[in-house]
Formats: sequence, C-alpha cells, structure tokens
Amino acid sequence: MTDAAAPRPLAAPGTPRRRLLGLIRKESVQILRDPSSISIAFVLPIVLLLLFGYGVSLDAKHVPVALVIENPTTETASFAASIANSRYFAPVFMRGRQPAERALIAGEVDAVVVLRADFARRVHGAKGGAIQVIVNGTDANTARIIGGYVDGAWRKWIEQDALDHGLSLTAPVVVEQRVWFNPEVRSRNFLVPGLIAIIMTLIGTLLTALVVAREWERGTMEALMVTPVHIGEILLGKLIPYFVLGMGGMALSTAMAVWLFGVPFRGSLVVLVGISALFMLAGLGLGLLISTIARNQFVAGQVAIIVAFLPAFILSGFIFDIASMPPVVQAITHIIPARYFVSSLQTLFLAGTIWPIILVDAAALALMAAIFLGLTRRKTHKSLE
Amino acid sequence: MWGRIRALIAKEFLAIWKDKRSRAVIIGPPLIQLLVFGYAATFDVNHVATAIYNEDAGAAARDLVARFEGSPSFETVARLTRDSQIAEVINPRRASLVVHIGQTFSRDLRARQPAKVQLIVDGRESNTALIILGYASRIVSRFNRDWTRDHGGAPPPASLVVRAWFNPNLESRWFIVPGIVALLTLVVTTVVTALSVAREREVGTFEQLLVTPLRPFEILVGKSVPALIIGLAEGTAIIAVGVLWFGVPLRGAVPLLYAGLFLYVLAVIVVGLMISSLARTQQQAILGAFLFVVPAVILSGFATPIANMPEFIQALTLINPMRYFLIIVRGTFLEDLPAMLVYRQLWPMVVIGLVTLTGAGWLFRHRLS
Repeated sequence: MTDAAAPRPLAAPGTPRRRLLGLIRKESVQILRDPSSISIAFVLPIVLLLLFGYGVSLDAKHVPVALVIENPTTETASFAASIANSRYFAPVFMRGRQPAERALIAGEVDAVVVLRADFARRVHGAKGGAIQVIVNGTDANTARIIGGYVDGAWRKWIEQDALDHGLSLTAPVVVEQRVWFNPEVRSRNFLVPGLIAIIMTLIGTLLTALVVAREWERGTMEALMVTPVHIGEILLGKLIPYFVLGMGGMALSTAMAVWLFGVPFRGSLVVLVGISALFMLAGLGLGLLISTIARNQFVAGQVAIIVAFLPAFILSGFIFDIASMPPVVQAITHIIPARYFVSSLQTLFLAGTIWPIILVDAAALALMAAIFLGLTRRKTHKSLE
Repeated sequence: MWGRIRALIAKEFLAIWKDKRSRAVIIGPPLIQLLVFGYAATFDVNHVATAIYNEDAGAAARDLVARFEGSPSFETVARLTRDSQIAEVINPRRASLVVHIGQTFSRDLRARQPAKVQLIVDGRESNTALIILGYASRIVSRFNRDWTRDHGGAPPPASLVVRAWFNPNLESRWFIVPGIVALLTLVVTTVVTALSVAREREVGTFEQLLVTPLRPFEILVGKSVPALIIGLAEGTAIIAVGVLWFGVPLRGAVPLLYAGLFLYVLAVIVVGLMISSLARTQQQAILGAFLFVVPAVILSGFATPIANMPEFIQALTLINPMRYFLIIVRGTFLEDLPAMLVYRQLWPMVVIGLVTLTGAGWLFRHRLS
C-alpha cells in the first residue's frame, strides 16, 4: 500500500509554517481583491492627512474685527494702527456701535473694538481711557485666542505710547516666552503626529473588525475552523497581513508628515517603528475581539467606531487636552490604547526620544495587546466547543 | 401609490427595529457619544501643571509666585532650584509650564529696570500652550498694574475691557454640545440610509423588492422616510439632553432650528442613498459612509473654525451641508440668530439636496438596470 491510499490523520496536512503561509496568502489576496479594504488602507490615510494637515488649524489669523472709533483723533489713530499692523487682524473701520454689533451677530466680524467719544480726553488722565472689546464667545477657544491677540496689540501700543512720551519704564515686569519643541506654536506640528494614531486605529481595529465579522456572518469562519488548521494559526493568518497593512499606513503617514507638512521628527525611527508595532498589535487584538463577539458587520462597525475610533479621536490627547477633562473622563482615558500612542508620537516627533515617556507608553500598549489577543484566543476557542 | 410606500416604510422600520442589535446601535452609541463628547471635548484649560523656579528671595518675587499659586488655572507640581531641572519636568510632561524668576528680579524692579519673568511652555500641544501663555500673561499684567499703583507710577494710558457675548464665561461646552446635534444626526442618518439598500442587496432581497409593483422613486421615498424620522428623533433627543443635562441655553426660535434640522437631515439622507446605490455590500456601505462623514465633520467648523483653513479648502466646505446646519444650530442655541440669517443657511442645503438627489436618482436607475 502506498502512503496516498492510507487514511491520513486529520491533524497535520503540511508543516505548520506552510499552513500559516497559505493562510497569509489567502488573507492578502482577499485584501487585494476588495477595493474597500485597499481604499481604507491607502486612500483614507492620504485623504485624512491632507484634510487634517491643511484643513484643521487652531491658529486664528486675519481675524475680521470691527474697529469703531466714535471720535477720531491722533490718540485713537495710534491705537487703530497697532490693531491694523497686527498680522492677526483684518480690521473693518466703522463709525457707529450699532452696525458693528449687527456685523458681530451676523458673523461678519468675530470681535468689535470700541474707542468711545471721550477716549482722547480720558487717555493719560487720572483714570485712563477705556478700550471696549466685545468678542463673539460662541466659539470659546477662538474667542480666547482673539482676546489674547487684542491684549498683545494693546500692550504693544502702551509701550509705543510710553516711548513717544519719553517714559523709559513701561511695564515693571516683562514676560519672556519660550515655547519648547514648537517655537512657532504651529497647531499642525501638534495635530499631524497624533493623526497617525487615528489612521492606524482605522486599519487595525475598524477594518479588521469589519472583515472578520463578515467571515463570521457568511459562515466562512466556521469553514476555516473545520479545516485541520489550528485556531492560533487562523488568528495569526488574519493578524499578519493587516499588521503589514497598518505599518504601511504608518510609514506613509510619517513620510507625508515630514516631507509634505514639514513636521520635525526629532526622535529615533527604530523607537517609532517599535511603538507603532505595539499599538498595531493592541489595535488588531481589539478589532479581532470585537468581530468575534459581534459576528455581524453592522454591529462590529458601530462598536469599533465607539470603542476605538471615537476614543482615539477625543480621549487620546490628539486634539483635546486630557489634563483639562473631568477626573472621571481622565480615568477612562487610561484604558484607551491610542492615548499612549499619541503621547509617544507627539514626543517622538517634536521632542525626541524621551525614555520615561516611551517606556511607560510601550509597557501599557504591550499589556493591552496581550490582554486583547489573549481574550480573542479564548473567545474563539470556546465558541467552537 | 401611497399605500405601497406606507407598506415599505413600515417594513423598513420593522427591519431596523426587529433586529435587537441594530436597535441597540441606534439608541445606545449616540447617547454614549453625547456624554463622552459633552464632557471630554473641551478646549478649556485648567489646573495647568506648573513648576516654579524662583531664584530671587525678594518679596516682589514671592508676591508674583503667590499669584500663580492662587490662580485656579495653575497647579504647582514642583519647585525647581537648577536650570537643568527645567528639562527634567518639561520633557516627561510632568509640568506644562515653568515660571522662571531670575536672581535680579527684585533688584531690577527697585531700580526701575525691566524685570524679566521667563515662561517656558511645552509646545507639544500647541493650543494648550497658547492658552497657558495667555493666562500667565494676564497674571503678570495684573501684577504690573498693582505694582505701578503701589509705587506711584503712572497708570497705563488706557485699559482694556474685554467682554464675550453669547457665552460670557467662554465655556467650550456651549460650543461643542450644539455641534454634537449636527454631528450625531449626521452619523446616524448616514449609516441608516447607506445600509438600507446595501443590506438588501447583500442578502439578495433587493431583487425581490424590484419585482414588486414599487417604482424606483417609491423605493427611494420608502427608504428615506424612516431615516428622516430617526434623524429628527435623534436630533430632538440630543437637543433635549443639551438643554436639560448640560444646561446649554436655547435662546433662539425653535421652529427655525427645526426648519434647519429638517432640511439638514434630508440633505444627509440623499447623500446616504447615493452611497447606498454605489455599495454592493454592507461593508462597502459602512466604509462609504465613513469616507463621507469624516471629511464632512472636519470641514464643517465642528472642532476648528473654517476661517482658519486655506482658501481652497474653505471653498470646498461650501458643498458640505453640515457647515450650514452648524451655523443654524449654534446660532439658535447661543445667539438667537435673526431669521434672515437662518434663511441664508437654509437654501444652500436645499440646493445640495436637490443636486445630490439628481445624482442618486440617476445612479439608482443606472445601477439597477
């Protein structure tokens, strides 16, 4: 009797390595064939980076301001000049308060600066003149920034005024500002590195959750399960192609951040790759876990958005400062993988390889990856019993 | 005809409602998002971790330090004694601000020389850095004013009185919560419509629907009405939570707000239908919805002002329905926006809806035949 005729034991057709390679090939072909996977892995990062890089900016400039001078004199002219010369403002001169306030309500200007009729008389008097500023507070953040700009213009005017009147001491204490890591305070330098976390969350968690949920939904996962392939191998076969996809997205994003948006990269590339790999594992683990529990694309998609995408956006420090959140919400951020990754990204890009930060983040990410992957392994196993 | 449409509408509702998980997804997540956004999404900065590096033993320096420590915006986490310690607290993010008062501070003050205070800020979070500098400068300004007054100097020739209209305490939440009305209505409506046709197509029931006497137009209406009702209900629920739970004032005319919400939901539904007609599977529909929702939110002014964007991106926002509804919803919540200004936002949404509807209708006929 030949070997071929003998009933072979079900356990091991092919070596484990060949089985795994076969699975990886299957997954890769599946990714390449589905245009929506490719679009989420390559088109979406580019679109997002362009949108965020160009579209999202917290730096207010050319703020439209209504400048109301009720009684023009040389004194008011010098203050008006200090507003007009500031690169932050695009002043519109108006004669009366009413039209200026109407323009504020209509959103045509963001602030109104009023120099009342008695300004010239009271300036340099015992009580001093009053400059009234009304900002549209609807957008509180922009209002605060505009307030700061007006403050700066006012201080400059006082200095100039003191010089003109031959006074040497203007302000007793002068402030010397040093903004480390980002001297021009460009919001792009702060937003673009964090964006990499968002993009990798999309690939690692959302895409993986959807794809694997579809397999459960269609029953192809069960079909895979009844083959002699081990569960660990099935999971690895899923993990590896998406891991490669995610790291590709990271490389693309980093290249665009540095070469297109001119964000400095001051840390070590090796550390960046290492911490990204840890984050990718945590994200993939979460995605697999969601799909294993949900087993339905619609639900998996929604859950992935709620537990991975939105937290990566809001609770990670990507755009909103964690330290300013209420304590309960701050506590929640500790179980969000993106929080640790964003912190490392911002540090690696702008500050350099600062080990106390990197090590803590890496440990947290490794722990989460282990938990998510371990849970997935257990869940997948149990459901087959 | 209306009987047929009504039957289809009833069927659509059942399809969403009967599935326990879909039902949960329409109610639960928006609520969670609303709470998380409402509490977490804030640009306000408080309790800034501050390190004090005071090299001067004089009373004036102590007074200035006390002002920083007494301010609710700052929280002292460390006292430094050497230059090298600045990097030690800023680099690992233990402190976001270092206030450095040099040895000659008091001497310079007495000698009427400019006394320097150095503020070192972590620039990794640029927005926070700007706000911290603003707060710190204000403390120094107040110190200057008091010191000048106490030491017989001339007061500044004019003082600045800044008031904020509509949001006097400049609470970010008043800005974010009305925005969430627009955001969540957008997300839920898009997903529900985008999936409605794709689900049937994937399961294969769409062909069955086509052989019924229903005409394509009637199918479109039947698919839109449930989404419209869900969108309006979602919007209403969030408005209610915004007012009752988060305490955001609703100062404007509610009918105007609803006119805006109605047209907004319609415009979004039409986009959802277009995605639905393009997608063959639910996965593609979800991804399509995503590819629409993310840029729509970013380019709407939800988190960062449109005015800060470059010109060509500002032009791109003109085709975004969320941009217009955001102005209406924030305007009616905080500003009591005049009716004329609301109308100015309404018609672009009508135009966007009609143009997209033409496209969606064409795609539907085209892809079905």
